[in-house]
Amino acid sequence: MQAGRKFLLGATLIVVSVGFLIAEGVKQTGVYFLTPTELAAKTASDPSFYDMGLKVGAKVVPGSIRRDAGGRRIDFTVSDGKQTYPVTYQGLVPDTFTDANDIDVVVEGRLQHDGVLHATDVLAKCGSRYEAVPKA
Amino acid sequence: MTLLGQFSLWIAFLLGVWCAVLSFSGRWERRPELAQTITRSVYAIFAALAVASVSLWKGLATHDFNIEYVAAYTSRNLPSAYIFSAFWAGQKGSLLFWAVVLSIFASAAQLLTSRRYDHLKPYVAGVTSAVTAFFVMVMLFGSSPFERLPYTPVDGRGLNPQLQNAGMVIHPPMLYLGYISITIPFAFAIAALLSKRLDTGWIQAIRKWTLVSWLFLSIGITLGMWWAYVELGWGGYWAWDPVENASFLPWLTMTAFLHSVMIQEKRGMLKKWNLGLIIGSFLLSIFGTFITRSGVISSVHSFTQSSVGWFFLGFLVIAGTLAFTLLYTRWPLLHADVQLEAMLSREAAFLFNNLLLVGIAFSVLWGTLFPILSELVRGTKITVGPPFFNRVNVPLGLLLLGLTGIGPLIAWRKASAANLRRQFVAPVAAGSITLVALLAGGMRDFYVIVAFSLAGFVAGTVIQEFARGVRARRRMHGESTSLALTRLVSRNRRRYGGYIVHVGILIYFVAFAGMAFKEEQEATLKPGQSINVRSPFGYTYTFTHVGISQFEQLNRIVSAATVEVRIDGKPAGVMVSEKRQHVDSFKRPTFEPSTEVGIRSGLREDVYVVFAGAVNGTEEAVYRFNINPLVWWVWFGGFVLAFGGLVTMWPGGEPTQRAVRPAQAGYGVALVGASE
Repeated sequence: MQAGRKFLLGATLIVVSVGFLIAEGVKQTGVYFLTPTELAAKTASDPSFYDMGLKVGAKVVPGSIRRDAGGRRIDFTVSDGKQTYPVTYQGLVPDTFTDANDIDVVVEGRLQHDGVLHATDVLAKCGSRYEAVPKA
Repeated sequence: MTLLGQFSLWIAFLLGVWCAVLSFSGRWERRPELAQTITRSVYAIFAALAVASVSLWKGLATHDFNIEYVAAYTSRNLPSAYIFSAFWAGQKGSLLFWAVVLSIFASAAQLLTSRRYDHLKPYVAGVTSAVTAFFVMVMLFGSSPFERLPYTPVDGRGLNPQLQNAGMVIHPPMLYLGYISITIPFAFAIAALLSKRLDTGWIQAIRKWTLVSWLFLSIGITLGMWWAYVELGWGGYWAWDPVENASFLPWLTMTAFLHSVMIQEKRGMLKKWNLGLIIGSFLLSIFGTFITRSGVISSVHSFTQSSVGWFFLGFLVIAGTLAFTLLYTRWPLLHADVQLEAMLSREAAFLFNNLLLVGIAFSVLWGTLFPILSELVRGTKITVGPPFFNRVNVPLGLLLLGLTGIGPLIAWRKASAANLRRQFVAPVAAGSITLVALLAGGMRDFYVIVAFSLAGFVAGTVIQEFARGVRARRRMHGESTSLALTRLVSRNRRRYGGYIVHVGILIYFVAFAGMAFKEEQEATLKPGQSINVRSPFGYTYTFTHVGISQFEQLNRIVSAATVEVRIDGKPAGVMVSEKRQHVDSFKRPTFEPSTEVGIRSGLREDVYVVFAGAVNGTEEAVYRFNINPLVWWVWFGGFVLAFGGLVTMWPGGEPTQRAVRPAQAGYGVALVGASE
């Protein structure tokens, strides 16, 4: 029984550390995933949402993409139909990020007080590329 | 042909339902001819699905664009290898692929399982038929690959360019083979529970099957990493993307299962745990398909998304509830034969290994589902990304790596102090030497130091095991070293194959740790301009933009950007990265442009060049340069792992075990012989 109890202690230790690592990991690295409308509501009620790392999922406004001459800075606008945010991004965008209609993007970055989303990463997914996407 | 295909699906569905009902009724226990009928209907399901598959392939091969699936995934100018693989490129085809492969495995399980397990086979047939019927049902009522369009397009859409890659021809089927073959061990577990024959019989019957599915999963995951690396162009091979995680989950629980069954076989412990693990693995394989196919969690890999996911969610809930309820009702029959005797025993090491593997699986599942969970509980979506998974899994993974070295060194039941001293001196010395060498070499990254030192320790363990075995054979049989080594491995395939797998795992760890030192630089270069990138090994790479050329090739228009590479000033050839615009047979563009990465792979590091585009149609090019250390070793580790797995599975060997369990060894021969 002695061995069993010792093992149980070890097992508890592992389970607790896994739980702790998960809880701490979520707290330290979790970021909000918001639509522009949700983001507008959050910033209106709680100014601490400015300059906080978050992700915004929306569609690119067609025709809004402007690339600078060097090709590595991109400005565009995202919208969910109700709320719109300008985005600025320094870096390379994926192949799926084009001027076509209906591009879903996830912008990771910070909303600054100038009202612009300063992106650190842009993920894009073109709706036409896939089979019918049901809206969740 | 589509009519025949659709008709075959209906036949397979009805047969599957009928077979399952007959099997679960249990009436065959008193009427042996019914058991035979059940087996025959398993073969009949396979025949029906084979006809359906041939129908779909015929449609693809003859460019019958009136079939929606053919029009959606192929085109006239698609290279023929991709016409063949278009079978599983889309959701509808992969459902059929699932069903037909499962029916092959189900038939093999009936055909190749020893007569010793005749009391389990009809139940096994019931489970496999029910699962097959589910997949056919999704096709019949959700999305059929035989659906026709109201008109016939002149040409098809063609295959997504990112799927036009050799790795993508074999990666999905490998992963699917892994997912699908888990159904067989799961079916045996359910059969054991239903028949209340809960001795180790079912575990011996499925030993090869678990290895088969583990091996396919390992190969499938590694190929997936390779595909992501060469095709997605972000510079790495693992992004903790939901679809990647979904394939990793059953691999983790199957790895745990492979270890814990040894405890049940040798010591009669962990009966409930093993049943739980195999049920969990099966559910995770269905969950993987659900994540890949439903799009509930956004992923770069989910090429097809549709409401079909909800069929899977329903199936997952029903199958999980039934299986765990069944397990619960048999709980009293599942007491362990013995208790754990000592903390310092191989049993205890394996138990900790299992806890860690399941802990890692839980954290990966939690992180993957966190956006959904947080939205359900708190009303706001919160996502976690690679930083979360690395934070949690790097320490857990390193603990596991340590156990990989410790486990084989500790005796079963209870290790004595003498045993420990004899076993640990050399491996610990190997680990310590690595540690000192790293510190002396100026390495300061904590996790990398730990990973490399543990890898040295594990390598020490494996080498010591091989060396002792060889020495004993030389002494006892007077064999030469090479003969002794060959015989040592071939006569104890499970044990030494397992050690080879451990070597593969430690190579993975070393390679993953190496990525901590990757370098990345973006640049916009006019022809003649250059940029320097420093390698973690101390060289300086100089990339000089040469120019951009445009040409037509097969089914695409290519813009190729060329850079001249110099290492520490010495010329080292040129590298090319392409932007490809795929076109249909009328030269109209299809899909968005895709990137072909330029990769030069070496033992120390990969040079990875991405041409991101030309500036306003000039020859000025935007590039990203990556120096990725030790990537080659990931693929090499995959080879070692697969080789070790094959050694473990290879029929024959283990003479002492064959004497004890003749039927089981014979079963192994038949199974592996057929799967070649």
